[in-house]
Amino acid sequence: MASEDTLDIEALKQAYLGQESPVATMEVEKGHVRSFALAIGDPNPLWTDEIQARKSRYGGLIAPPTFLRTLRTQRLEQLPIKHNLDRLLDGGSTWEYFEPVRIGDRITAVNRVIDIYARAGSLGQMLFVVTETTYTNQLSQVVATQSNTSIRY
Amino acid sequence: MNSFLFWEDVQDGMELPNLVKRPTTRQLVKYAGVSGDFYEIHYDKDFAQETGLPGVILHGALKSAFLAQLITDWIGPDGTLKKLVCQYRGMDEPGAPLTCKGKVTKKYVDSGEHLVDCEIWVEDTNGQKHTPGSATVALPTKTN
Repeated sequence: MASEDTLDIEALKQAYLGQESPVATMEVEKGHVRSFALAIGDPNPLWTDEIQARKSRYGGLIAPPTFLRTLRTQRLEQLPIKHNLDRLLDGGSTWEYFEPVRIGDRITAVNRVIDIYARAGSLGQMLFVVTETTYTNQLSQVVATQSNTSIRY
Repeated sequence: MNSFLFWEDVQDGMELPNLVKRPTTRQLVKYAGVSGDFYEIHYDKDFAQETGLPGVILHGALKSAFLAQLITDWIGPDGTLKKLVCQYRGMDEPGAPLTCKGKVTKKYVDSGEHLVDCEIWVEDTNGQKHTPGSATVALPTKTN
């Protein structure tokens, strides 16, 4: 019997599984990559020192591995279906890397909901949504994918 | 950080050099700014406590960034990070050091690439591991 406190997982899956978000686009900018590296406290020359980066096998500055987090895609599961789970936590990410992300690249990203499930946990009822984001550059190469689990409770 | 690591130099069970990070609230604000993640639990203490948290907490993605650095510092400019897995199992608050650690779990060759798997994690000053994970890297070899 459905109540306001019961998550209708089947309805959520029907509504969201397999759906793709609108495409988000980002130009990879030198200043942004540098600010990101400084914010995370990672002084690796590959992302901060143009001369050393040019001497490397990349031939120039590249972005650090989690930089693509800054390209945000719209969360599909805006959940018009009734629930009281207004607190959100990031459960974790799996990244796979295929090509370097270079200054000057134009990256597009699309996300797709690949799983939805509920668990009862220490924080009460929790809704897990697993989303996979695919990042592609201007040469149509997939540069990376990120599978991320968000937790609503 | 700039030295080269060869696949032949890696052994199963080998420990990665630790990476100590000292996150501050200021760092969380900077990270919010560069990442666009402005969720208030990372910099607004009242908001964080109203959601039941002890105080402001680190973005999970910032911990992933720390673990990514653990790996990229270790492998040097000729190594390649292929896969990074991080799970956020608990909250970490700024104001205390976090130590990123890792150890090699497997060395193997696949489709001509010389690969190494590692178990990695973030440990707080009490030895709690809230951010377990793993990584796969490809390394250069000494043989031609």
